[in-house]
Amino acid sequence: MTEPRASALAEALRNHPFFAGFDTAFVRAISAKASDQRFDVDEYLAREGTEAGLLYAVIEGKIALEIGSADRPHLTVQTVGPGEVLGWSWLVPPHRWRFDARAVKPSHAIALNGDVLRRTLRTHPKWGYEFMVRFMPVLAERLENTRVQLLDIHAR
Amino acid sequence: MLADQPRAPAHAETMGHPFAPIPYTVRSVVLETPDTTTLVVEPHGDQRIPSSRPGQFVMLYAFGVGEVPIGVAGGNAEGQLIHTVRSAGKVTQALTHLTPGDTVGIRGPYGHGWPVANARGGDVVVVAGGLGMPPLREVVYELFRHRDSFGRVEIVYGARTPKDLVYYNEIQSWRRRDDVRLQVTVDAAGREWYGDVGVVTTRIPDCRFDPPKTTAFVCGPEIMMKLTAQALVERGVKPESTWISMERNMKCAIGLCGHCQFGPSFVCRDGPVFCYRDLAPLLAVREV
Repeated sequence: MTEPRASALAEALRNHPFFAGFDTAFVRAISAKASDQRFDVDEYLAREGTEAGLLYAVIEGKIALEIGSADRPHLTVQTVGPGEVLGWSWLVPPHRWRFDARAVKPSHAIALNGDVLRRTLRTHPKWGYEFMVRFMPVLAERLENTRVQLLDIHAR
Repeated sequence: MLADQPRAPAHAETMGHPFAPIPYTVRSVVLETPDTTTLVVEPHGDQRIPSSRPGQFVMLYAFGVGEVPIGVAGGNAEGQLIHTVRSAGKVTQALTHLTPGDTVGIRGPYGHGWPVANARGGDVVVVAGGLGMPPLREVVYELFRHRDSFGRVEIVYGARTPKDLVYYNEIQSWRRRDDVRLQVTVDAAGREWYGDVGVVTTRIPDCRFDPPKTTAFVCGPEIMMKLTAQALVERGVKPESTWISMERNMKCAIGLCGHCQFGPSFVCRDGPVFCYRDLAPLLAVREV
């Protein structure tokens, strides 16, 4: 990737709610090997079981997270939209996607390289801590939402 | 409740005996979901129930089977009424099997409705879960009729699956208005659904309103209302500006029998719409 391209991605990341206010040097560091990606409707960002090497910062559109198996239809359990991040399997071994991610609207995301992220977070603990302070609420919120789904609030 | 909350005088609603239903004829039937039906009914003769206000309920009588409390989803000057009923027991099963020309008994309307007038001058958020949409439908049209009197209007509608959404086409028509923001979400969906997926509470952070100047009207299953009200208050909406509609085992509908007691209140007489500020402590108590 050319330097100006990386710089543009870093700028776009700084405007993303998840990364807003982060140390500029950190954003620049994790922008290495990042890519600007666009997805048409029904195009997949991730497939369950495949290598999960990316963290998506969603800029536009809507992504459906789907779980399924051969003996039952796939079920969408959550949608992710602008300002949100998608994917934590890049952080958690064995780094395999746990679900399918499919665009249900034309979507635009910045795909951050998992290797670069892990290396940057490991070698700069201060950045690593701040990242986790932001990332954990995302996971906690999704856990809470899953618990509410388990409550089946519309049950008869 | 508040002094200026709409209320119908309990005994004066029904002409004659307080428990005598007035016959209505089923004009049309719409199958909303496999187990939920919308009935449009009109007075059988000269007698009709008084006009209802958004959020009030009536007792619908399936002759020979029994009667149940059902929210008023709409009506017109000619006395037509709209009721949406889910088949969940003998009476509601009978009501959902009515066909045009059949007769149904109605008495009411009863209870306190939504204090829509209190919301004038500020933003409004309407949150419906599943069959919580019918009691809020008239609130939405009241907001539309007096749109200039309110600030931003947000409507959030959640259901278990896309198949459980009622008034689907009608609600899609609301999306075409540029003075209302609509979010529809379901708890889970198949691949044919291209809308939002996530419990209704997940949409609250995305709502655009000025919290201290916002009035919220929330209707749905009790756990949904509790979690939604909490999410709204966390965003800064005042508990005294948050309203929920309770459902209990209403039998007499006029505050006599006590079947619908909820703490110190009778839901039929003191509700069904309550201020969240007053109800929040009770919502945390088991088996009230």
